[in-house]
Amino acid sequence: MSKHTLAVLVENSPGVLARVAGLFSRRAYNIDSLAVGPTENPAISRMTIVINVESHSLEQVIRQLDKLVNVIHIAELKPEESVQAELILVKISATSKNRFDVDAVLETYDAVIVDESSETLTIEATGDGAKISDLLNALERFGIRELAQSGLVGIERGSRSLAERTLSVQSIPTAESGQADYQN
Amino acid sequence: MGKKMSGASSLVQSLESAGVDVMFGIPGGAILPAYDPIFDSSIRHILVRHEQGAGHAATGYAQVTGRVGVCIATSGPGATNLVTPLADAAMDSVPMVAITGQVPSNAIGTDAFQEADIRGITMPFTKHNYLVTDPDQIPRAIAEAFYIASSGRPGPVLVDIAKDALQKETDFNWPKELSLPGYRPQLEPVNQSILDAAALIAQSSKPVLYVGGGAIKANASKELLQLAELLGVPVVTTLMARGAFPDSHPLHYGMPGMHGTVGAVTALQKSDLLITLGARFDDRVTGKLSTFAVNAKVIHADIDPAEIGKNRFADVPVVGDLKRTIAALIPAVKAEFAKKAPDYSAWNASMNKLRETYPLGYDLPKDGSLSPQYVIERLSALTGPEAIYVAGVGQHQMWASQFVKYENPRTWLNSGGLGTMGYAVPAAMGAKVGAPDTPVWAIDGDGCFQMTNQELVTCALNNIPIKVAIINNESLGMVRQWQTLFYEGRYSNTNLESKRVPDFVKLADAMGCIGLTCDRPEDVDSIIKKANSINDQPVVVDFRVFKDAMVWPMVAAGTSNDDIMIAREMAPDWDSQEL
Repeated sequence: MSKHTLAVLVENSPGVLARVAGLFSRRAYNIDSLAVGPTENPAISRMTIVINVESHSLEQVIRQLDKLVNVIHIAELKPEESVQAELILVKISATSKNRFDVDAVLETYDAVIVDESSETLTIEATGDGAKISDLLNALERFGIRELAQSGLVGIERGSRSLAERTLSVQSIPTAESGQADYQN
Repeated sequence: MGKKMSGASSLVQSLESAGVDVMFGIPGGAILPAYDPIFDSSIRHILVRHEQGAGHAATGYAQVTGRVGVCIATSGPGATNLVTPLADAAMDSVPMVAITGQVPSNAIGTDAFQEADIRGITMPFTKHNYLVTDPDQIPRAIAEAFYIASSGRPGPVLVDIAKDALQKETDFNWPKELSLPGYRPQLEPVNQSILDAAALIAQSSKPVLYVGGGAIKANASKELLQLAELLGVPVVTTLMARGAFPDSHPLHYGMPGMHGTVGAVTALQKSDLLITLGARFDDRVTGKLSTFAVNAKVIHADIDPAEIGKNRFADVPVVGDLKRTIAALIPAVKAEFAKKAPDYSAWNASMNKLRETYPLGYDLPKDGSLSPQYVIERLSALTGPEAIYVAGVGQHQMWASQFVKYENPRTWLNSGGLGTMGYAVPAAMGAKVGAPDTPVWAIDGDGCFQMTNQELVTCALNNIPIKVAIINNESLGMVRQWQTLFYEGRYSNTNLESKRVPDFVKLADAMGCIGLTCDRPEDVDSIIKKANSINDQPVVVDFRVFKDAMVWPMVAAGTSNDDIMIAREMAPDWDSQEL
């Protein structure tokens, strides 16, 4: 099994998340995380999907995904050619006694405190999977009370954008009357 | 600005603009607004007796004509009754558009009367689907639905329309063009893949043309014949491809798979190159996948890129329309052969010998009762290859694929992928509507027939004179065969007693059809001739056949094609064959 990150541009239309999730479920593909959000183009949403597959079936996953009419473009984000990050919000037990130790950890991982109570601190951090997992390990000893974690999002390094490749869309003339023979 | 009208009128105008000439359906509450303009429309609406019948009829119509079949139903149960035909059409790549009414948009999600999330339900087995709540979107949804259903790899598309969208006023604007940025079927094969395929063919010594239903969908029979004769190697046609290549042709080895001929199964098994044309390495063809054609390289031509490498690695993938692919392959192969003429003579000789040693056949029942295979063989001989044959699912389907002689594409309809019992009668109805001047025979089982025979009423009332041959072995025959072979003859719940109840002749009569019965071999010809002479009314013939006939050859489920049996506990004598 190996992990792959896919950036998927989809039409921003109702039901598209259900279509993608349903496809993964019915074809028995293992999904690690899925994050959806708007893009610079309001008609297009972007999904970042992390899947766990045998390498030979990654192509199969991409081709099946590409069959969905609402899916416009799919790109694999290779770790070395992309920036990838996820966000966590974590509530840990913290008192004045161990505050100094907590601050040391937060500084190491570039994490910030976004809320605090007499017994707890809520910490926000972003980073790739390895950094987040190291941070969570480091916070473990204080006692993790609650964890909210986003799916991974990613973007290719360099100046090119995925959206550029989707703009050159040809329109299809329809038949005025009578069934068009679209096959031949 | 377009013309002002109701959403319902806009729907009907859209269907007319899409070229619909006939649709099959039943009205109900949510779709009712659409039925008012349908009353005045040029589109022929055939009022069926069950929505499943409408769906399979649309499929039958589409399979025979190559056009998009259309069915229409109301919300809730009307829509869910279309689920089976939609799944069936998806598995067999049939172009079909289903229109369903939905509860008013402000009631969606409230568990309203006759509400069902049909868009959600049908996502897994429609090519695409729509829920339309804005009447202005109706023409675009219909135009897109017809384009998506009929282009690329064909398939079913569902358009669910909320009742208030049908009732509100709108402007009718038939779109001049469509923009589907995520849908770009690749029709033209990449030239390099054609050259690679031709080179692989020239290097091979035991090639086989493994032809699937895509050859029929792409109308590629003419090109296929040219390619086959250019290569001069065995051709096998899958269950979905029967008729794509003439059965009478000397290169034809018949059907591969679980109940395929020894020749076809073995040609694939021993091949060193599978030239796969619009087929998908279905488990019923490959048997145990890891033991399927282990020495063969694979050229896989298909219009659906997701089929490439799904079940079997393709050495040379060719994505494109099959008609164009084969047309491009022919000159490329000729160029290769001009460099070095191939010699397939040893391969052809050994396959020929095998085919001659193990032709399709059957034993006549020892008790003198009627043989189901004989009935089907005579039906084919007396009706001819210009007729259309439609089967249900089970033993009779396999016998109809084996013993009817097909010469033309679009003359054999069956539920290959989903295996839908009850497909035959409604699909034959749709086929007859699509080809009114062609005789249409449904070859059905007594089990299948009892699932959907109500559509004979529709046929009788709408001048759709189909003919039905019930191969009545008073049981769920294929299940019974498996019980015989794998469950020590413990016939749990497969005895239908259909020679006792119902009386099929009376049932036919009650439904406005001619009912005939036959249980003696000597009467078969005269009864078929009589049925063939009746063209103004549906005919049902109850052929009361031998109960214990079995379908052979057989590759048991999950086993290797190498273990094909030609009869019970009888394998081909491989030692006497030089393969």
